[in-house]
Amino acid sequence: MSVTVNHTPSPALPPPSRVMAGGPLGWVRANLLNGPINAAVTLLLAYLVVRYAISFIDWAFIHAIWEVPNDRFGRPDTALCRDNKGIGACWAVIGEKHRFILFGTYPYEEHWRPAIVCVLFIALYIVSAMRRFWRKELVLVWVATLTIIGILMWGGVFGLSYVPQERWGGLPITLILATFGLAFAFPLAILVALGRRSRLPAIKALCVLYVELIRGVPLISLLFMASVMFPLFLPEGMNIDKLLRAQVAIILFAGAYLAEVVRAGLQALPKGQYEAADALGLSYWQKTGFIILPQALRLVIPPLVNTFIGFFKDTSLVLIIGIFDLLTAAKTSIIEPQWQGFAVEVYVTVGLIYFIFCFAMSKYSAGLEAELNRHRVR
Amino acid sequence: MSQTTSDPRYGLKPPKRPMRISWSDERFRGIVWQVVVVAIVAAIFWWLWSNTVRNLEVRRIASGWGFLGREAGLPIAESVIPYDPTNTYLRALTVGVLNTLKVAIIGVVLATVLGTVLGVLRLSKNWLVSRFVGAYVEVVRDLPLLLQLLFWYAVLQGLPGPRQAVNPATGVFLSNRGLKLPWFEWLDAHSWALLACVIGIVLTLIWRKKALARQMADGQPRRVWPVALLLCIGAPLAVWAAQGAPFSPDIPYLRGFNFQGGLTVSPEFFALLVGLTLYTAGFICEIVRAGILAVHQGQWEAAGALGLPRGRIMRLVVLPQALRVIIPPMTSQFLNLTKNSSLAVAIGYQDIVSIANTTLNQTGQAIEGIAAIMLVYLTISLSISLFMNWYNTRIALVER
Amino acid sequence: MSAATSPARQMGKPAIQLLGVNKWYGQMHVLRNINLEIAEGERVVVCGPSGSGKSTMIRCINRLEEHQQGQIIVDGIELGDDLKSLDAIRREVGMVFQSFNLFPHLTILENCTLAPIWVRKMPKKEAEALAMEYLTRVRIPEQANKYPGQLSGGQQQRVAIARALCMKPKIMLFDEPTSALDPEMIKEVLDTMVMLADTGMTMICVTHEMGFARQVADRVVFMDRGEVVESNTPDELFGNPQTDRLKLFLSQILRGH
Repeated sequence: MSVTVNHTPSPALPPPSRVMAGGPLGWVRANLLNGPINAAVTLLLAYLVVRYAISFIDWAFIHAIWEVPNDRFGRPDTALCRDNKGIGACWAVIGEKHRFILFGTYPYEEHWRPAIVCVLFIALYIVSAMRRFWRKELVLVWVATLTIIGILMWGGVFGLSYVPQERWGGLPITLILATFGLAFAFPLAILVALGRRSRLPAIKALCVLYVELIRGVPLISLLFMASVMFPLFLPEGMNIDKLLRAQVAIILFAGAYLAEVVRAGLQALPKGQYEAADALGLSYWQKTGFIILPQALRLVIPPLVNTFIGFFKDTSLVLIIGIFDLLTAAKTSIIEPQWQGFAVEVYVTVGLIYFIFCFAMSKYSAGLEAELNRHRVR
Repeated sequence: MSQTTSDPRYGLKPPKRPMRISWSDERFRGIVWQVVVVAIVAAIFWWLWSNTVRNLEVRRIASGWGFLGREAGLPIAESVIPYDPTNTYLRALTVGVLNTLKVAIIGVVLATVLGTVLGVLRLSKNWLVSRFVGAYVEVVRDLPLLLQLLFWYAVLQGLPGPRQAVNPATGVFLSNRGLKLPWFEWLDAHSWALLACVIGIVLTLIWRKKALARQMADGQPRRVWPVALLLCIGAPLAVWAAQGAPFSPDIPYLRGFNFQGGLTVSPEFFALLVGLTLYTAGFICEIVRAGILAVHQGQWEAAGALGLPRGRIMRLVVLPQALRVIIPPMTSQFLNLTKNSSLAVAIGYQDIVSIANTTLNQTGQAIEGIAAIMLVYLTISLSISLFMNWYNTRIALVER
Repeated sequence: MSAATSPARQMGKPAIQLLGVNKWYGQMHVLRNINLEIAEGERVVVCGPSGSGKSTMIRCINRLEEHQQGQIIVDGIELGDDLKSLDAIRREVGMVFQSFNLFPHLTILENCTLAPIWVRKMPKKEAEALAMEYLTRVRIPEQANKYPGQLSGGQQQRVAIARALCMKPKIMLFDEPTSALDPEMIKEVLDTMVMLADTGMTMICVTHEMGFARQVADRVVFMDRGEVVESNTPDELFGNPQTDRLKLFLSQILRGH
């Protein structure tokens, strides 16, 4: 029995590396094949994934038809595609109709204008997403970009031919509905969220009523209201076009949902922040603008972006009241008899467009959340 | 030290303060603000209302709910209750509400089951499984529901006709006419058995409560499942057998160009149900995952240190805490599913929105038609919200 | 300087007067007939068991809480529903909180200049110079461009003191400024407060730091159950408690230490 304790400090060792323990094979063993059930599940799932991936690739690429000849009337002859149904995709429908799907009935030779508009929108989103541009000047950028977009779409100035709003369609309509909807719904949401936390009972009650009424009904009912009831609300002779009416419905709808997200941020803020601002003698609006909102909004950025995603998807509902957005254009593009039956190809394509937008937003939100959490931990 | 018994801080009541009529008086200012805002809102509504009244006069539209009693004359393809076009609008709208509830209830059940399974699989240690579920969730959540519904409807319409129907099992046919399932002739005996089953469940719950109470009294754990088996399955079977155990299967078969017999799921309903279920399950999956992750690892450790077995830890410690996180967003998903079922109108399933829309087109009663839609959804939303508030106060964590 | 603890020391006109102040939370009568007069330049420490209403009382002085009965007169202005007088009082009264309540999204410097710029309408340059002066005085000028989250608790509390001082208040309220701090940080905050006391600032401080009370306070007020029970010089109050309640309280905190 040794009694003396030898107090030589043991050397600090680096931790055993877990990633490379056993190399890639070890990783496979640890994550895919641990235990017989897991191994069986992995193999089964892998088999299914591979099998369906192969048959999808078969359908989408190997047996797909990319072009069809014209018949003697100069119309595309889709007999080839019909024979190939269930075996291969008919991407010829996209080749033929992509301009219509993207830009609707906008005059063909002017398609460069909505194309630039789409690019401008995307650039606007990217700039707004970057933290180093989160300054007051961003508001100016928005105003300027939206003005240019309006000029490009309508025309009538700078030698651009005038295009009435009835002829707009496709992706620009989706982006317009989403962007303008957001630009107006967001300030509304902030006001409503503040109102809902107000100490004044009448203002609070109005805000609660608005939020709960809107959240209690589906968007479709609001869109129907916009399409059939708004005309009754306005004085005789005053007419607002359908797109604007739908836009109003979307703003009211988004405003209620965003207001709840903002309210969650306001609630999450510690009471001490309100008290400290009060004790310094800041007025209500100074307190709200300098102290409360900057923090509350930062807290809820991830759920805000998620709400934006939902809201971007929801613009597709205008299809039901016949507004020509991306999805409506897609659905309309296959109405001609020779293209009927190729809905799946068109929906897959349009779905890809929606997916790119939403996926980008969702990844952005996840990244931002991780970053914000890191800050909070430190 | 006598103060400890009766606290002197209770007794006197606070006095009321008079208000001054001055802009710098806080309360006066508050009242002025409220009056101004309410007046503006009221003025806007009054303006809209007076315009509406004038417009209705000009267009000679009579307002009111009188049209509800008139003959609807609109055909409805599928209905839970007996209906034909000679019935009234009221009945047509009722059919619409029931169709909405039908797809919503079945959708909620399926989406919950699928979403929970996916949520657990998402946390699986198997890399392939969790990634696969993650990809599914991402795809489903990043595509508009309406697009998904149109897609599924297009897929169903693209299926071969009844003669070449997909026939994965005996009596199951999938064709462009929808899904055909084997069923059986529903008799009184089956209704009684169903009733017995419901009573059995209620009795089981009561029994469980009693058994727990007795365990608390004498410390002896009691088994619940044999009783549950007996009451929920044995008793209904006995009731059914007592009435001669009638069973006449009704298996669909092809005759001519269509199917006869069996249970029909229309392509519209099927596409709507599949779309809603797959979409909502994606969201529920994430909620379940977050709920399970929200329970701190320390809770498992603490309960384990007390010597509770894993099953008990899950049941008594983790699940109650996870549920508190899961249930509020879950409810809003249920509400969303119900509201999203209104997209049925786009693929021709006749729910309340679709029928009210047809009604308002036929009668010109735009305000009443839309009011009917909103009323139905508000009622559903409010009843679920009330239930949730009650439930939340029941399970809320008591904290300072 | 801090040795001059005689209550008679250069006492001017009253800075704060509480006359028959009563306050209720719902049915609970949390401040009962408080009468307290604090002279300009006087340093008062308020102590008492938790829930005795000491925080509530000082929060009434800048109306973070409303009193329902009686008068509170601060710097000659009576507190009421009148918003103008409220603004005036909040300009003159600085407050330091138990949980610091710095604005985490603003830098230290911005925390200090916000109110001078927007409430005192001071030019930005001037406000920044002033802020740096006070940050130097609390001995953290080098942290000016950091964010509160990057500072230790003691440093944060010193910033909070500087932030309040930047409004050039006539009166400072401290609501348990050291209760949320680790023991080694308490001293640096107390030192800052002692330094402030030496400048002749009117101070009311809710605290359990009896050493600080003995060193700095002109007067110690003992509260219990919403009442002012005893009020005396620190030596008298701690050395010769008159009531059972104070004796009990003192025995408890002495045992605690």
